[in-house]
Amino acid sequence: MNAPTTNPTNPARPAPERSTRLPGTFRLGLSRGIVEIRSFVREWESMIFTFSMPALILLFFAVIFDDMFDINMSAVDYYLPGLIAMGLMSVSFQTLGVAVATERDQGGLRRLRGTPLPPASYFIGKTVLVLFLAVGQVALLLGVAVLFFDAALPSGAESWVTVGWVFVLGTVACALLGLAASSLARTAQAASAVIIVPFLLLQFTSGIFVPVPALPEWVFNGAALFPLLWMAQGLRAGFFPDEMASMEVSGSWDLPLVALALGTWCVVGLVVTLATFRWKTRKDG
Amino acid sequence: MDETAIEVTDLRKSYGSTHAVAGVDLRVPRGEIFSFLGPNGAGKSTTVEILEGFRHRDSGTVRVLGEDPGRAGRRWRARIGVVWQKETMTPRVPVRDLVRHFAGYYPSPADPDEVVERVGLAEKAGALPDVLSGGQRRRLDVALGMIGRPELLFLDEPTTGFDPEARRDFWELIRDLAGGGTTIVLTTHYLEEAEALADRVCVVAGGRVRALDTPADLGGRAAARATVRWFEDGRRQEIATDTPTRTVGEVASRFDGEVPELTVHRPTLEEIYLGLIEDDRTEVPA
Repeated sequence: MNAPTTNPTNPARPAPERSTRLPGTFRLGLSRGIVEIRSFVREWESMIFTFSMPALILLFFAVIFDDMFDINMSAVDYYLPGLIAMGLMSVSFQTLGVAVATERDQGGLRRLRGTPLPPASYFIGKTVLVLFLAVGQVALLLGVAVLFFDAALPSGAESWVTVGWVFVLGTVACALLGLAASSLARTAQAASAVIIVPFLLLQFTSGIFVPVPALPEWVFNGAALFPLLWMAQGLRAGFFPDEMASMEVSGSWDLPLVALALGTWCVVGLVVTLATFRWKTRKDG
Repeated sequence: MDETAIEVTDLRKSYGSTHAVAGVDLRVPRGEIFSFLGPNGAGKSTTVEILEGFRHRDSGTVRVLGEDPGRAGRRWRARIGVVWQKETMTPRVPVRDLVRHFAGYYPSPADPDEVVERVGLAEKAGALPDVLSGGQRRRLDVALGMIGRPELLFLDEPTTGFDPEARRDFWELIRDLAGGGTTIVLTTHYLEEAEALADRVCVVAGGRVRALDTPADLGGRAAARATVRWFEDGRRQEIATDTPTRTVGEVASRFDGEVPELTVHRPTLEEIYLGLIEDDRTEVPA
């Protein structure tokens, strides 16, 4: 032992009656969630570029394309469901994909591995963050649409139920896809490219900006492999009047197909995430 | 209670054809400050990361606080603390809140405000981690490493980026923790840090333990020949001797009063260390 040091606050051995009860996994998950939310809100870049982007686009489109539509529907009503789908994918897929890749690259995950935090609590924390952002995202878009442009909301309980399950399934599927994609990025810088570029491509091919029937068939077939197209279609089913179904590719809303596609992505995303999720970077061995 | 904190027998780990750890044996008793010294790529980080349960070994037995780190669970992790070498990001919440949050991970944590105070961040308790200086951020790392009141604390190059005064404050903190019964495993590049803190120093090079002893005795340092130097007859004189006291006495008898430019030099820890790792310089990959 080194030269003995005197320290009044420190007896020779750690206090004898240490509690050995580990904190609960769920409670720790909520605690992580709160810290994640506080941390996210401080990043003004992500607040503007991730969180506010769909609302800004809605604002621009509603103003620019006002009265340019010959389909007996205002621009804001037309774009609202698609932009909600885009917003949900943004706060789940893009937020998680970039954040987790960055945490992995810069040692945030490594630090957690040195603590008794259960991995499940980490994921519960991410779930809390994504749910918070997703609800906020929908509230922001609906708020802008209703307050500034008097947009039409879903009519009737059935429509709201459709919006509800598409919201949950779509957000979960995209969140898991984001976790899986985070493993593809070797560095924090690469994450932006690996996550944002595919997301941007999907936005243009999934009926967010361009109506799906206007897409070439091979583009449609490609986009139909991913969840965004189905989220947008499911939300249109909730928001649009029923007669608009004739403008879909098959001439109907195909809600069972929407549920199947999103449900499949939830399962695939979970399996891929469980198989590929890493606490370390490749260089950590 | 088991009085051994760490016990390692014939530990091995290879990456491809590189033998990063090539047969390490160690035993660290509880309450000791144990320091790893060695050049980059010598295998000390790999060894420490295996002890921390972060890396898997190829072979050998490892017991840390009585358990195998490769299989140990949450309960074991609650008993150790880790301060990683690399800069590790934290959520962007104020220092005090962050330390409080991490305290929640442990069954029996220290008082967060007291820990913030002890690492010298009391004035920065309300600041976000990203506005801290490099040294302050390192102290935050230490705060997060010790918040669970670990029985065993791993510190991997903890004082990189510290100014001399901050380093001395930090040493006080480490002595304090050790005085409270915490076993400390300190990896460092700074020889004076190992000399100031460590009960024993382990020099690792080429994946093997080259020497393991107290800083005073490392590599036969205490027994090594001393060099007596002085000025006489218009030039510098120098004698290497096992009995420097007698030599000084003889020289002193030839002078009336002070011996000009008299020094007695024993090898520094650095000289011993450089001698120990010299053989490996060529075989250790950068």
